[in-house]
Amino acid sequence: MENVVEVAGLVKDFGRTRALDGLDLTVRTGEVHGFLGPNGSGKSTTIRILLGLLRAGAGTSRLLGGDPWRQATELHRRLAYVPGEVTLWPNLSGGEVIDLLGRLRGGLNGKRRADLLDRFELDPKKKGRAYSKGNRQKVALVAALASDAELLILDEPTSGLDPLMEEVFQSCVEEERKAGRTVLLSSHILSEVEALCDRVTIIRKGRSVETGTLADLRHLTRTSISAELAAEPGGLAALPGVHGLDVQGTRVRLEVDTDHLDGVLRALSVAGVRTLTSRPPTLEELFLRHYEADAR
Amino acid sequence: MNTAILVSLWLRRDRIMLPLWVYGLTALAASTAYGFKSLYTTPGSIHSFAAGVAGNAATLAMYGPIFDQNTLGGLVAWRSVTIAGALVAVMSILLVTRHTRAEEEAGRLELIGAGVVGRRAPLTAGLLVAVIANVTVAVLATAVLAAVGLPFAGSVAFGLAWLASGLAFTAVAAVAAQLTESARTANGIAVAVLGAAYLLRAVGDAGSAHWLTWLSPIGWASQVRPYAGDRWWVLLVPAAFTALLAVAAYTLTGRRDLGAGLVPPRPGPARAAPGLRSPLALAWRLQRGTLCGWGAGFVVYGAAIGGIADGISTLVKGSSSTEKVVIEMGGGHNIVDAFLALGMGILGVLAASYVVAAALRLRGEETGQRLEPLLAARAGRIRWAAGHLVIAASGAAALLAAGGLAAGLAHGLRTHDVAGQVPRLTGGALVQAPAVWVLAGIAAALFGLLPRFTGAAWGAVGLFLLLGQLGPVLNLSQWVMDVSPFTHVPKVPGGAVSAAPLIWLAVTAAALAAMGLAAFRRRDLSL
Ligand SMILES: Nc1ncnc2c1ncn2[C@@H]1O[C@H](COP(=O)(O)OP(=O)(O)O)[C@@H](O)[C@H]1O
Ligand SMILES: [Mg+2]
Repeated sequence: MENVVEVAGLVKDFGRTRALDGLDLTVRTGEVHGFLGPNGSGKSTTIRILLGLLRAGAGTSRLLGGDPWRQATELHRRLAYVPGEVTLWPNLSGGEVIDLLGRLRGGLNGKRRADLLDRFELDPKKKGRAYSKGNRQKVALVAALASDAELLILDEPTSGLDPLMEEVFQSCVEEERKAGRTVLLSSHILSEVEALCDRVTIIRKGRSVETGTLADLRHLTRTSISAELAAEPGGLAALPGVHGLDVQGTRVRLEVDTDHLDGVLRALSVAGVRTLTSRPPTLEELFLRHYEADAR
Repeated sequence: MNTAILVSLWLRRDRIMLPLWVYGLTALAASTAYGFKSLYTTPGSIHSFAAGVAGNAATLAMYGPIFDQNTLGGLVAWRSVTIAGALVAVMSILLVTRHTRAEEEAGRLELIGAGVVGRRAPLTAGLLVAVIANVTVAVLATAVLAAVGLPFAGSVAFGLAWLASGLAFTAVAAVAAQLTESARTANGIAVAVLGAAYLLRAVGDAGSAHWLTWLSPIGWASQVRPYAGDRWWVLLVPAAFTALLAVAAYTLTGRRDLGAGLVPPRPGPARAAPGLRSPLALAWRLQRGTLCGWGAGFVVYGAAIGGIADGISTLVKGSSSTEKVVIEMGGGHNIVDAFLALGMGILGVLAASYVVAAALRLRGEETGQRLEPLLAARAGRIRWAAGHLVIAASGAAALLAAGGLAAGLAHGLRTHDVAGQVPRLTGGALVQAPAVWVLAGIAAALFGLLPRFTGAAWGAVGLFLLLGQLGPVLNLSQWVMDVSPFTHVPKVPGGAVSAAPLIWLAVTAAALAAMGLAAFRRRDLSL
């Protein structure tokens, strides 16, 4: 019972399209796990298999220690889900949908419901068709967050939220983590994953390309350095692991593979450092690198 | 140009539904004309039938007066212009709503609206599709009527009368689509206007205030009087009405935001009612409004059948062949009972339409992406699907009971036998239920096994309807007739009831539904 989600070698075909192609995903109990990938990479498909809505073609998948297809209904008691595309019933109010989903799941916390409506500034009296995409997403989010589920599965839950609401969302997820709940958060918004997640799985074309903590993944990539030096530097271009070197007199910008950082710093200090900023790679850059690797 | 692209897109989306309507309505015109032609072969028989109708307030209300009591054309126009013209109107309403408000509600027009299409193009495209459908129906109806041997000028007038009804309600639907954000409500408004128009005409034709007929678009169509003077000038009235409403629809479109209606939606409750806690309760919540609408229709129709029945013997006195056909089709020995049994059969077909529409909600909810969050919230596939099927099946039974009850009351009041007729006709309507359930079973089986073809359940309704209508005429062999569940329904009142076929039908329905549910449990959702 260490892992909430255990997926190995998952394959799913839609006709001739292969949506998942040997995907692996492990989510540990109590962590916020980022599930990162560009559009069409198979995040929603994976999640739908975990929810027993789609049937896996091959591979194994375990959810909360059970079989997601055969034990779907009993497992769903213990999780809450926010779909990527939230569609509501045109003539049901948001409040009714929240209550209905909560009751189906076995009850929801009234105080938390009121609190969340307040924080997300959601009017529960509007009818389904009157909500914008963001507000429909809020309805699903309130329904999920107000439940007492041990696992939250959120499929790109912030794609319709404005920045202010995204902050509210982030603080909510933070609280969930503190309350000891497990969160699987799919996203293609990197800053969100960076801000929230303990561990990340990166997928591309239905296959996991990387998995680990953010720190684990950073060793794979480069550090960006910009420095103002006392004298013009020499020999930087010849150093191993240096990319994108840009020298303008005594100003230097470059990227360096993290395991060759040492040599670069030594060369810079020889020239005399006035100012220096170094930045860990953003997930954006991490991503780009995987694209490059794939393109080659 | 962009409108043309939209029109061809809509026509492609309608490539199944539209031909069904067009051929169905054409077949209706043809079979009515053909039927009358073979039943009333002498001027004498035509005249005595017509004289009977003229004196019966209930038939006047249902169909209107017979303007030429001496010709076959007069009978055909009487039987078809108003009531089948209302069907043309229904087709028009559904088409317009489907391609204007429904698209907008689904958010698809936004996609198009953000493109290069002008803001009026969607309305124009929706109207054009309806116009194309109406003109096709009118031309085909004219052609088949002339082919049966009716005068050509009168057949043209008949086609134009249908066209007038269809276009008037095309325009009504176009305005309704501007008023509300919901396609269902827009349909409801337009159908309510149609109902009111029919009622005005009914009261005007049956009573002494004949001017009421002139307030109704359906009345205008009948006043064209095809085969009975062909009053072309009357067509100017619906033409002006249509033009006026079309202008109104365009003006309203120009004044509102995309996606919005002119009437702001009422807010709903902040909390769900305590009962809304199961898939069944949700299905009821989603379907109850539609069921009430159908219920009103069943009550009116039942009352109409019950109201006419007593006078039927005077109607057919002149034609022993009509009497023979009615008795043959309706069963029993007595013409009134046979007519009532036929009416109960029509209630059955109507209930079959309801049950299919209700069962198809399953597919609508699935492809509308509203099923995903429910199942993830522990609704359970079987419980969810069974919820909708239970509403469909019990709703159909309730509709039949309501229709039968209304027929029993109306017939009972006329014959001073309410206590006897109410249970008799309610029972007569309810024996249709097992056959109706078979259609729910077919829809469920398709939904589970061939989800992409769930809509083919409508094909089954059409097929069974055709078998029921044409079987006796074409002398189809028994095994072909046996395909239709309605063949196995006892013809009551009048005929004998045996439980065995009813039980078999119910078992078949249950088996089909169980098959569908089992397959649904094993398949991927369409997401
Ligand atoms: N129901 C479906 N039918 C056919 N193809 C699908 C279906 N669902 C997803 N796909 C395809 O599978 C791939 C993965 O889709 P998805 O899981 O939705 O990606 P993501 O959620 O990461 O954007 C895409 O190429 C998509 O087109
Ligand atoms: Mg997705």
